[in-house]
Amino acid sequence: MTSTTVRAVRYDIERQGEGGFPLAGTRFVLDPAGALYWPAERLIIVADLHLEKGSAMAARGALLPPYDSRATLAVLAQIVDRWRPRAVVSLGDSFHDRRGAERLGGEERGALARLLRGREMIWVAGNHDPDPMPGLGGSHVNELTIGPITLRHEPQAGDSEGEIAGHLHPVARLVVRGQSLRRRCFATDGKRLVMPALGAYAGGLNVRDPAIEGLFAGAFAAHLAGGARIYRFAHHACLPDH
Amino acid sequence: MDPHRDDETALLPEPFAGWFASRGWAPRAHQLELIAKARLGRSTLLIAPTGAGKTLAGFLPSLIELAARAQRRSNSPRPPGLHTLYISPLKALAVDVARNLERPAAEMGLPIRIETRTGDTPASRRQRQRRDPPDILLTTPEQIALLIASGDAAHLFGDLRRIVLDELHALAGSKRGDLLSLGLARLRQLAPGVQTVGLSATVADPDTLRRWLVPQTGEPEMGDLVIAEAGAAPELSMLESVAHVPWAGHTARHSLKEIYALIVANTTTLVFVNTRMQAELLFQELWRVNDANLPIALHHGSLDVSQRRRVEAAMGEGKLKAVVCTSSLDLGIDWGAVDLVVNVGAPKGSSRLMQRIGRANHRLDEPSRAVLVPANRFEVLECRAALEAVRAGAQDGAVERRGALDVLAQHVLGMACAEPFAVDDLYAEVTSAEPYAGLTRADFDDVVDFVATGGYALRAYERFARIRPRKDGRWRVANPQVAQQYRLNVGTIVESSMLKVRLTSAKSRFGGRVLGEVEEYFVEMLSPGDTFVFAGEVLHYLAIVDDEVRVARTSATDPKVPSYAGGKFPLSTFLASGVRALLADPARWASLPGQVHDWLDLQKLRSRLPGRDDLLIETFPRGGRHYLVAYPFEGRLAHQTLGMLLTRRLDRAGLNPLGFMANDYALAIYGVSDLSLAIAQGRLDLDALFDADMLGDDLEAWLDESALMKRTFRQCAVIAGLIERRFPGKEKNARQVTMSTDLVYDVLRRHEPGHVLLRAARADAATGLLDIRRLSDMLVRISGRIEHIALRRVSPLAVPVMLEIGRERVAGNASEALLAEAEEELIREATRDVDDGSCRAL
Repeated sequence: MTSTTVRAVRYDIERQGEGGFPLAGTRFVLDPAGALYWPAERLIIVADLHLEKGSAMAARGALLPPYDSRATLAVLAQIVDRWRPRAVVSLGDSFHDRRGAERLGGEERGALARLLRGREMIWVAGNHDPDPMPGLGGSHVNELTIGPITLRHEPQAGDSEGEIAGHLHPVARLVVRGQSLRRRCFATDGKRLVMPALGAYAGGLNVRDPAIEGLFAGAFAAHLAGGARIYRFAHHACLPDH
Repeated sequence: MDPHRDDETALLPEPFAGWFASRGWAPRAHQLELIAKARLGRSTLLIAPTGAGKTLAGFLPSLIELAARAQRRSNSPRPPGLHTLYISPLKALAVDVARNLERPAAEMGLPIRIETRTGDTPASRRQRQRRDPPDILLTTPEQIALLIASGDAAHLFGDLRRIVLDELHALAGSKRGDLLSLGLARLRQLAPGVQTVGLSATVADPDTLRRWLVPQTGEPEMGDLVIAEAGAAPELSMLESVAHVPWAGHTARHSLKEIYALIVANTTTLVFVNTRMQAELLFQELWRVNDANLPIALHHGSLDVSQRRRVEAAMGEGKLKAVVCTSSLDLGIDWGAVDLVVNVGAPKGSSRLMQRIGRANHRLDEPSRAVLVPANRFEVLECRAALEAVRAGAQDGAVERRGALDVLAQHVLGMACAEPFAVDDLYAEVTSAEPYAGLTRADFDDVVDFVATGGYALRAYERFARIRPRKDGRWRVANPQVAQQYRLNVGTIVESSMLKVRLTSAKSRFGGRVLGEVEEYFVEMLSPGDTFVFAGEVLHYLAIVDDEVRVARTSATDPKVPSYAGGKFPLSTFLASGVRALLADPARWASLPGQVHDWLDLQKLRSRLPGRDDLLIETFPRGGRHYLVAYPFEGRLAHQTLGMLLTRRLDRAGLNPLGFMANDYALAIYGVSDLSLAIAQGRLDLDALFDADMLGDDLEAWLDESALMKRTFRQCAVIAGLIERRFPGKEKNARQVTMSTDLVYDVLRRHEPGHVLLRAARADAATGLLDIRRLSDMLVRISGRIEHIALRRVSPLAVPVMLEIGRERVAGNASEALLAEAEEELIREATRDVDDGSCRAL
């Protein structure tokens, strides 16, 4: 990340100001890298790291560059460095498959240990990684409720106020001046929120897909992440995919 | 006795001599020469114009040998393998040539089995062909790759005597050519002593093609050369429209009536344009003036295949008066009835123009007739330069390039599928192919390493290796699935993702027929309700359902979305220098239409003219902005790259550029700072601005973010087998959560910027989409020769580029700026409503 980008990110976070981003009456801050910060709890929430997706694909014959885990962890390290949280919650699919944690390389293990030093780590179970992962530290839970907020991997159908989930990898697509832009985003209506995927090789699902639109009774917004700041667009301003 | 006649009888035995005589033909000199070369065992390149009996010339030696072999067969068994292999860039051409070959074989009663093998050949016949090969097999480069990667390649090709490479000029110099050259190298191993014959249209540099025909490891270095007698010189002219010649644009609407009159006056006309969208627009316009309801058809690469076949069939039967087409018809089957070629827009290169002209009239002794229709004033200059080039028989120089590493990776895997290989042997074999003659051992080893385990510095994938060394050091495929994957991935043509266009009614949104396919990136720019031209109609974009674009007919006549208007091919270096020479020499302007002549006179008066070897730069204010216009004449692609690099530099110098426009001839940069003043005060040094060192760090930094680079990388990744091709049917599941190669690109360039696939992608960028090599040649050429002139207002020569549609905006991080702009716009829209409301409340 360039120094300009770092400055822009800081500015954007300040812009969200004291009010922050309200969800079910609780104040959060959207981090432009694709994480959620909960100031009152000093908690960082990230989703769908899909660590070791590269090696999972390699086992099936597609020898993708084996650097995805370290790229993902580098982004996570930046986020942790920015907020210095008490705890980090990873909302499931932290690894791409059940054996992923075993394949994690030495350097990556070191990076993970460094960024978690002195903090609590909570691994929420995902569909790709339903069981506790040995040797990584932290605790493993199916879901987590703190006050009015529930943290789980897969969003539940129907009214689910206060739910923060991952699983769907939302992305928003916009056409600006004849250019199509596609970017990871938070999808939220102020009651519930779906986190963007953080994994370097994690793909995306358009927010206009029924799987995401169906979660919200009415209007919702896409907060585009992954750049220097957060950009907010109403869902109907985002274009469907194909 | 006539010595020529003596040669002829010696070279052309019965029943061939009799067959020629029975048809009232005499064998042409080059046909006999090829028979003589074949007897001497020499590989040969034949350069001949269309209609010269080129294909028959290529096959005669094979037919003669096979006929003789059949006579001897009674006492010796027939060799089990193929005798002659014919390879064509077009499937349809292979099928057509097979038909044309069967006729003389049947008429002479030759017991020769001639078969084709393409993607359309039924699996049962393909299996039988491998078990029991015909004498002559006609096929495509992709089929060769598949055949040599199979275990029975030795059986199939062991007896191969001759290889005929048709339209070699169209294959060499491309990735498809690279793959074919590697296939040839293997065929020479399987059948030592095999003779090759290259058939080609006229090219500027025949020596490259001659080197193609023989292994680059010994003597001779080149195949022999036979040049057929040239046909009658083409009758070539430029349409001098009475109407106003536009300053810019590519539609040639001003010449529509004249083009229509040409169609009326001739039997069958081929109307060539440079892009699919130009074809669509012109076709529509022609039908608007088609009062006589003449059968005029449309043909381009993204129309539905069945529709294209119908047009081709109707053409073959002589039912059409004209076809508006793109390069989709540059090559292909001969149509006797075509008597005129109209080339709309600038020809961009003299070689392509000659190829297109050759599509009219396939009789050698009659001239081909062609009319060039320039669409704007610069194109008038370009057409004039092209006319002179064609009359002088001058060809574009070939772009120097090396064999692509991604193609090599595909081939290496294929060779492991065929049988275990030793690296030293394979390296020697690969470097015997012309495009790979200069391949270093280090690059080769990197490619083998890539094929095995991905070639990453982080050795993470040893256990997932696709090929492994055996105890004897030979490499073999790790498991049968790898070979299976290879077979699905063969080939170098990576289609950009295409979506079907289905015509439906606006109400039902279902059913209807498929009109053709469009590139995904075009659809990405559309919003529901937009109108655009496709398949000759203005269509209303409704929605995307699965992998289909649903559209409806509309009464709108003006499409809202301007289709990409620029040329698909950049101006060739050769024609560019022709245009520069023409501009620099007012004595030659007499041959130009009056309007264009006046335009150049005015430029001379107001500013100055670009010289032959210098670079003219104008700076002037206009509409509250300041412009810098440069005239490098190096083609749109090179200018776009130059624009990106120059604006980066100006930005760093604090001169606040806002954006730029580029066409084939010029580049215009605009901004808020007075550049004339900055130059006068010495704050801007043009020599430093245009210094070739911009191709270093600036280029690297920009390339990394460039969408073109990402597209290039994707192609390399597919060809090299890093990611699988997308197959129809498989896509639906993949779409749920799509992972794009952009993610892979980003991770790889951060963590291993020197990786072999990134090197392959950069090499492509140098010659392909970004034309960096041409840019660097230009920067060297104009170094110390910049002619700057500060003007008070826009110059006549600058007008066309200022009118270009596609403007590129400057942004350190382009998408960030665009997003910010879109968000602000929405906020403005939203708040405006509130303001109105509050006003009413007051």
